Amino acid sequence: MSTTPNKPAAAGKPNAARQSNQGFVYLPLIAGWLFPGAGHFLQRKWIRGALLAVSIIAMFALGLAMQGKLYTSAQDILDLLGVAGDLGTGVLYFVGRAAGWGGQPIQTTVADYGTKFIVVAGLLNIIAAVDAHNLRTGRKS
Amino acid sequence: MFHPSHFAAVLLFALCASTVFGITMRDTPQRMFRYGAYCFILFLGSAVVLSWVMFLIAR
Repeated sequence: MSTTPNKPAAAGKPNAARQSNQGFVYLPLIAGWLFPGAGHFLQRKWIRGALLAVSIIAMFALGLAMQGKLYTSAQDILDLLGVAGDLGTGVLYFVGRAAGWGGQPIQTTVADYGTKFIVVAGLLNIIAAVDAHNLRTGRKS
Repeated sequence: MFHPSHFAAVLLFALCASTVFGITMRDTPQRMFRYGAYCFILFLGSAVVLSWVMFLIAR
């Protein structure tokens, strides 16, 4: 099984370098953070963006369906890390906070899994947003 | 309320996480698919192996 990591795509590709100089370079990063997959949609990577959006939104929704908790305040360091992870989902987190989604407090094992699903959805969304930024700068094709 | 079994929760987690890993860590569709499948198998395999280890420790 091949596990060779990505190679920089901009090397020797003037088109990629030229493209990376157009417009606001951080737009895909910010858009990708705010809405899962949006950073890839801006790069016209429709299938990748759709798969990322479905995976991350599904993970967030599954977490909520399992009565997972949306972290709202940081009482200690672990809560702070939870808030940071949840914030990674962007608009989904703010909508969830405004709508009062999520169980409080965690009472079952499945609800604890749900909380982890929500946090990991946020962390995966950050990875996806950084990937969109790498596409924008030409580091990846 | 959605109440999956522990293994179903692992399956769903592995499916979503490996999709994102595959897309973001590789740069061609074929390599994305292969890496995503590799991550999926590792997620599931490690969960099964660790479950057996904990079962044997608990006995």
